[in-house]
Amino acid sequence: MFTLPGLPLLLQSIVSGLLMGGVYSLVAVGLSLIFGVMRIINFAHGSFMMLGMFTTYWLYVLLGIDPYLSLLFSIPALFVIGLIVERFVIDKVLSAPEHNQLLLTLGISMFIENLALFIWSPNYRTLSIPYVNKAATVGTVMISFPKLIAFLFAVLLSAALYYFLKNTDVGKAIRAASEEKEGALTVGINLKRIYYIAFGIGTACVGAAGTLTAPFFYVNPHVGGIFVITAFVIVVLGGMGNIIGALVGGLIIGLAESVGAAFIPGQLKQFIIYFIFILVLLFKPEGLFGRAGD
Amino acid sequence: MTSLRRKQGVILLTVGGLIAVFLPLMTGPYVIHLAITVLFFGYLGMAWNILGGYAGQFSFGHAAFFGIGAFTSSLLQLHAGVNPWIGMLLAGTAGLLLGLFIGYLCFRYGLHGPYFALAMLALAEMMRLLAVQWMSSKYPLGINLPILGDSFLKFQFRSKVPYYYIMLVMMTGVLYISHAIERKRLGLYFKAIRENENAAESLGINVFRNKLVAMAISSFLTAMGGTFYAQYYLTIDDEAAFGTAVSIEVLLGPIIGGAGTVFGPLLGAGILEFLSETTRNLLGGYSGVHLMVYGAILVTVIIFLPNGVLGGLKSITGRYGKKGEEIAYGDSRGR
Repeated sequence: MFTLPGLPLLLQSIVSGLLMGGVYSLVAVGLSLIFGVMRIINFAHGSFMMLGMFTTYWLYVLLGIDPYLSLLFSIPALFVIGLIVERFVIDKVLSAPEHNQLLLTLGISMFIENLALFIWSPNYRTLSIPYVNKAATVGTVMISFPKLIAFLFAVLLSAALYYFLKNTDVGKAIRAASEEKEGALTVGINLKRIYYIAFGIGTACVGAAGTLTAPFFYVNPHVGGIFVITAFVIVVLGGMGNIIGALVGGLIIGLAESVGAAFIPGQLKQFIIYFIFILVLLFKPEGLFGRAGD
Repeated sequence: MTSLRRKQGVILLTVGGLIAVFLPLMTGPYVIHLAITVLFFGYLGMAWNILGGYAGQFSFGHAAFFGIGAFTSSLLQLHAGVNPWIGMLLAGTAGLLLGLFIGYLCFRYGLHGPYFALAMLALAEMMRLLAVQWMSSKYPLGINLPILGDSFLKFQFRSKVPYYYIMLVMMTGVLYISHAIERKRLGLYFKAIRENENAAESLGINVFRNKLVAMAISSFLTAMGGTFYAQYYLTIDDEAAFGTAVSIEVLLGPIIGGAGTVFGPLLGAGILEFLSETTRNLLGGYSGVHLMVYGAILVTVIIFLPNGVLGGLKSITGRYGKKGEEIAYGDSRGR
């Protein structure tokens, strides 16, 4: 059942794992922000990612807009969608029991995904962009361009978000709201406003993740589900609300999955991820790197 | 409860019971199938409700128990020729052991609220992946039970009516268990744990043990439901047994109908089946639309009836309309 891979395969799986981990990070960063600030398990996160992917897909297919240029559309579009969903739906259950919040986001994701299914059909679509499918070869290791771009952008985005949270007034207010609700209210922070801004930023991040994933993945209404549970694992692993933790957590999970696949056959590589997840939940629920502000 | 209300309740139950018993005489297979589905999800919902509703431990992975039940009885039947009725008890035992295992870990390390929910989700997914991996070599087309004809002993029938009565008996059984829990000291322990764990502990309630008891009852009953499913459809695969959709379907009934109430899960199952049949009949021609409507209804119910239909009714009539009836978790870990 277990096979020992040779060195080239191992190197390749380390590199692929890190690159894929970057994509996972990108999905998880937005989720971590939402989780950290609002303490909501957002099952609709994957649907927002799917919307980001379709934005990029249609802009390329209909208008011929370069997929990476479409970031300029998908980020603001998803920000606004997130704002609206938070303001008019999620806002209503912020003081409800946690399981009701979870089911609400589940309902939202059912609505969005099946709306997409109705409009765009369940077909699997792929972008075929000539310059994107190239890969660089270093020694025996192949590095795929779109994954490298997604990886670099994940690092960049996490850094930018970290800077924003540390150094701007809105960012500081978001951190205050996530650390100490009452205190934030006392110093005159408008929590409602902070919540929909944070939710909007979270969905904008996952919109960007969708756009950057679209060039090397398939696009279909249920594609977000593949990423969202992995993203939960990463968020818990990295510490809820911890942006840098989400980045590092994503890389760890990407590595574990890819290197695991070199040793263990088939579906069981996913098994390792859930196993790590349960261990972290049980023994280190604050995550490997602590929560935001710790 | 006043004696008048008690009388009303008894009359309502008698009429409902009589209709349920004589339903197969009045209708055809389509309605019977719908009725089996309602009873079946009512049964699973009530089993979930003991842990998720009364004891307040929101499980998002009951598919793990459902699946292990379906797999245990089916595989024992295929490989060891074990009678499905005995298989059903063994399936319940397997579910119970898994429940005690994960429950011991989660409750010993104090997982609460969303953390417990996610741990259960991960457990169900792990079971699913094991099933996928194992089935890809042994049963690539799913586990199909051999057709053995029309026999009560073999738990196989050509007509749907016997399945209906079996499910009716199982559902009534778990209804009685829920009722007993509600009236007995155990139910008070569960509710105390749900409302405030620390306060319950300080009053001398063994929180850890009582949570495990709730988990044991719930997982045992859920796994038996898995066997019924396998016998009804005579086929089972990884997705139908362990899929996240199963975990969701199990808990939607109690949430819509009213978690932590005796009749809530059954009512919720009825409402959901009615909604999904209606939307499918009206809008089934357009793929996705009926699930879209379903999602919208779920969102609406959770916003406007946060305690489910029964919870909403109760607060309107003021019968139990006290704050204490609302489900609120104690301080979750990490808050």
